[in-house]
Amino acid sequence: MLDLEFMRLAFGAGIVVGLLAPAVGFFLVQRRLSLIGDGIGHVAFAGVALGYLLDLPLVLTALAVSVVGALSIETLRARRRTAGDQALALVFYTGIAGGVVLVSAAGALNVNLFQFLFGSILTVTRSDLAVIAGLGAGALALIALLYRPLVAVVVDEEGARVAGLPVALLNALTAALAAVTIALSMRVVGILLIAALMVLPVIAAGRVAWSMRSTVFLSMGIGLASVLAGITTAYYANLPPGGTTVLVAAATVLAAEPIAALRR
Amino acid sequence: MPLALELEQVSFAYGHGPPVLRDVELPVDRGEFVAIAGPNGGGKTTLLRLVLGLEEPTAGRVRLFVRRLAYLPQRAQSGVDAPVTARELVAAGRAPRARLLGPLGRADRDAVRDAIDRVGLAPHADRRLSTLSGGQQQRAFIAKALAAEPELLVLDEPTTGVDVEAQEAIAALLERLQHELEMTILYVSHEFGAVERFVERIVLVQGAIAFDGSPSDLPGLWHDPSHAHA
Repeated sequence: MLDLEFMRLAFGAGIVVGLLAPAVGFFLVQRRLSLIGDGIGHVAFAGVALGYLLDLPLVLTALAVSVVGALSIETLRARRRTAGDQALALVFYTGIAGGVVLVSAAGALNVNLFQFLFGSILTVTRSDLAVIAGLGAGALALIALLYRPLVAVVVDEEGARVAGLPVALLNALTAALAAVTIALSMRVVGILLIAALMVLPVIAAGRVAWSMRSTVFLSMGIGLASVLAGITTAYYANLPPGGTTVLVAAATVLAAEPIAALRR
Repeated sequence: MPLALELEQVSFAYGHGPPVLRDVELPVDRGEFVAIAGPNGGGKTTLLRLVLGLEEPTAGRVRLFVRRLAYLPQRAQSGVDAPVTARELVAAGRAPRARLLGPLGRADRDAVRDAIDRVGLAPHADRRLSTLSGGQQQRAFIAKALAAEPELLVLDEPTTGVDVEAQEAIAALLERLQHELEMTILYVSHEFGAVERFVERIVLVQGAIAFDGSPSDLPGLWHDPSHAHA
């Protein structure tokens, strides 16, 4: 399997995304924003469509549009003019509707959009992998550097604000990290499934972990194992890698449940 | 004694609703331990939120003369679903004092350990919060607040849901901390039986300040309506 270059590239991209998605997802899940990944994913779809229309690099266009969408959700939520789920719904539907209109305008409805909607990790090129690895490593490094203040905000946002932490900046950064993760993960599991890779490993890890730090590391391990097992299974069983990866991640949540029950 | 904070003719209403507080005058000296009592809906929590800058007064002004603040909200609990150890919770409280990037330095780790020691949680520091008793969890949240070495500690109903023994222990702990650390403490509670003998000053809030003085000057109102064990 690893004799094939496209498989080596797939595993390379999968390793980065398998580690990054749960690391960012940890902070979203703890802030009860598990579904924000879906919302940003739909905005990313509009970014892909814009890329088709303007003949721009698709991943980078999706990245830029996703960051704008994520910051819009965070701004609407933070100003409390709109409840969190309503802000999400607004950006969610605007993204998907804008994507459909833009793709249609680009005459690209016949393009293989499935590779962005459901992932196409086997078509990752060397230059794709360079972008995914570079931005992924940068995002992971930022999370490691800002781990403590990010945790302080999720533990007690109001207390952190009173004590003088730059809460708005840290929340905006979390939203931007989510956008970067989604743009990088489009090729691995697809826009429609990316949120699952950000959330399911964190839920599974939270069932069996003994501290916040162990939850983060376990969720990254589960994310990585899910991607590796998903790609391998998909290769031998001739299944779609994105969907298989998410099913493996979902299975870890089910497997963790009896352990959680024993601890209660 | 220099002032820690002062509310000058402060009024407040949520949106276009009726006023929650009217013309509040409240100077608090540094190092004072002030209890704030009053009926539900009387404006106690709103008063604290104004002091902390979480709400803006609709009239008057709030002046703070201290910089390091810590807040223990009502029914304090960790905002996360993931398991949290007491040490992790307290370390989160240190974040505002530590450098923004990278791990905690030695001085910060010492401050976290000191805060845990002060509330008597050292033997349980690495246990998950969910495995601690209600009183121990409250101590962990107090340690989280202490980790930032606050000049002003604001507690909103810190003993809600905690048994009477734990209430007394927490009140005694706060009194000791106030003397040891020379903090200013604002303490809102219905459960005043435990804290009564520790405070020098009680402020009764009922839309405005109805009383401001020594607890011994308020024998009747003391148990009604703010003390559940009357």
